[in-house]
Parts: sequence; structure tokens; C-alpha cells
Amino acid sequence: MTAFNEERLARLIRALPPAPAAWVRAAAELPLAKAGLDEIVARAQADADFKARLVADLEAALEAEGYERDPAVIEVLKVRFKSK
Amino acid sequence: MAQTLSDSELVARCRSGDQQAWAELVDRFSRYVYAISVQAFRLPEADAEDVFQEVFARAYEHLDKLRDDAAVRPWLAQLTRRLCIDRLRAASRERPTADEELDLAGSEETLTMLEDALTVHEALASTPEHCREILDRFFARDESYRTIGKALDLPAGTIASRISRCLGRLRELLEGRTEADTPSGTR
Repeated sequence: MTAFNEERLARLIRALPPAPAAWVRAAAELPLAKAGLDEIVARAQADADFKARLVADLEAALEAEGYERDPAVIEVLKVRFKSK
Repeated sequence: MAQTLSDSELVARCRSGDQQAWAELVDRFSRYVYAISVQAFRLPEADAEDVFQEVFARAYEHLDKLRDDAAVRPWLAQLTRRLCIDRLRAASRERPTADEELDLAGSEETLTMLEDALTVHEALASTPEHCREILDRFFARDESYRTIGKALDLPAGTIASRISRCLGRLRELLEGRTEADTPSGTR
């Protein structure tokens, strides 16, 4: 990192504005959502048809089964099931 | 926003299931991940949100695979870059984009600048709260003197001098920093 002066410091502080609070909250709450997550994963492991529906269209499958839409949980499930 | 744990300590706590540590990790790197996607790769807000959630989801899922806990920062940066590039490639399949446009996206210069910016924010987290607050509000949150004055109960006339004093303090802190002072202890 090169030398600092006030102008450069100001520019670098300005370069990282906060991410939208709702995004941060959703990501931070991942562990809290883990219970629901584990339940869905366990069910998918026991039910091949449910798993196939998750892989084909995760959000539609969850909605059809009445699961609450949680963006952070959906992203984790996408990683698990390589779904769309 | 004060940083007491190093990056590696924080990762170790996350791995042991400490929810508070996970929230702190998200908070510590949220601006960086966000800035990479919207500034370096210029993703639209909706795509940036998807990338943001996917980065932290993958990090949460794969934290066990991180070989060096102190390397969480470059790991997250790499993950974010990869997911941004995937997004741009997917978008260019729908709306053909010139190769040069993709090459320019995520320019190394911007990514390096954001890395420096994170270092400065980490140092900022070690300054006294009154400095941290006023510098973050004025520069990063783009608040006016009036808004800051109201929020911090300060006369508008003293805000400029406090900002200047705090920038000086931050500069001293950064210039006096040693390798071991950085949160990861690796830089």
C-alpha cells in the first residue's frame, strides 16, 4: 500500500459504503436459519422426488411445500443442490 | 464495528458454531463483497444481491475447507470475483457483450483499490468511536454536516475540524502499523 494523505484516506473510506442492511441481516442470520435448512436437506435425502424438484426449481419446490422464503437459506440450498 | 478478533480467530469461532462470530464475519466483509460486485464488476443491484447472498452462503457451507483461516479475506474476494464473472457471462449469453467489455469489468486497479480501502476500514475500526463514527458517516455514508451534527449532537462548526483531526489520527495509525497489527496478521 502506498503512502497516505488525507485525500487518499478520504477516497478509500468512501470506496466502501455499507451494503444494504437487509442483505447483511439475511446473511448474518444464516446460522439461525440452519434448523430449517437441515430439515429440508434431511427431507431431500429421504425423498428422491422432493430432491428432484429442488434440483429442477428450488424456489418453486419450496413454495409448493409451504416453506418460508429466506434468501440466505435459498442460496445455501442452491449450493447444496446445484439448483437454479 | 470495533475489531478485537483477528480474521483467523473469527473464522475459528464461526467454525465452532458461534453465531455471533458469524454475524461479525458478515459485518466485517459485507462492504468489501458489495463493493467488488457493484464497483469493480458494475453488476446491477439485483445481481449484486444474488452474488452477495451466494458468497456468504458458500462461505458458510465451505468454511471447513478453508486451509488457512487467516486467508479468509482473499478467499472471499476470489469467491466474489468468480461469481461476478459467472453473472456477467450469463448476462452476455442473453445480451451479447463485447469481449473487451468483460475484460474491463473487474479491473485489477479497482480491485486493488478496494483491498486498500478494506485495510483502511480495518484501521478505522481501531480508532476511538468518535473518530470511527464521524469518518464513516461523512465519507462512507455520505451524510451532510447537518445530519451528522444532529445525530452526534455536535455543532456544525466543529465537524470539519474533528474530521480533519480524525483523518490525521487514522493516518498515524496506518503508518505506524506493523504486519502483526492487521486483523489477519498476514499482511
